Amino acid sequence: MLMENRLRVLRAERSWSQQDLAERLEVSRQSVNAIETGKYDPSLPLAFRIAELFELPIEEIFVSPARHSSKAI
Amino acid sequence: MSPAMKRYNRRVLWLSLLYAACLLAAIFGFKHKLFGGLIAYIAAILPALPIIGIFGAMGRYLFEEQDEYVRMLTVRQSLWASGFALSVATIWGFLESFDLVEHVDSYSVAIIWFMGLGVGSVMNKLTLGAPVKC
Repeated sequence: MLMENRLRVLRAERSWSQQDLAERLEVSRQSVNAIETGKYDPSLPLAFRIAELFELPIEEIFVSPARHSSKAI
Repeated sequence: MSPAMKRYNRRVLWLSLLYAACLLAAIFGFKHKLFGGLIAYIAAILPALPIIGIFGAMGRYLFEEQDEYVRMLTVRQSLWASGFALSVATIWGFLESFDLVEHVDSYSVAIIWFMGLGVGSVMNKLTLGAPVKC
């Protein structure tokens, strides 16, 4: 089960393109797109880099699948 | 294209040129009966070495690629290629055992593996929407 995340919203709030975010994270635009669309879960080090870039705790960016499914119930 | 991918492409290009040179030299040497004994074995193996080098270049690329998503795509592509090549080789082997098809040299598995990279790329496209690359 892949995690949901708020990456697209956070990026839009800063008026960054996917390419802008990719350059800040030192990954490809393809990677940013895959994470945003929920096709790929980043590794823990990359998740920390994302959290540090947005100055937010990881859990405010990535939604725990367990917590998300329990809310759905 | 990542710096690691550029280095991989450059290595594959040089290894491909080396392969062509080794193959032409081996064909020429055997055609004109220039080799004998141990030298014949070495000359026959020479064209295989750059191909093995390409497998090594793929492994090195996976170590050097810093983009974890792109690395994951390449690993998936390689797994598809391995599964495809082993499956084709197994099926062909049984067909050959029962005299239903002609004998094929075993180095063809390497060629089928490279074709399998294309299969892997298409599967990445179908399952993850990743751009097709070979």
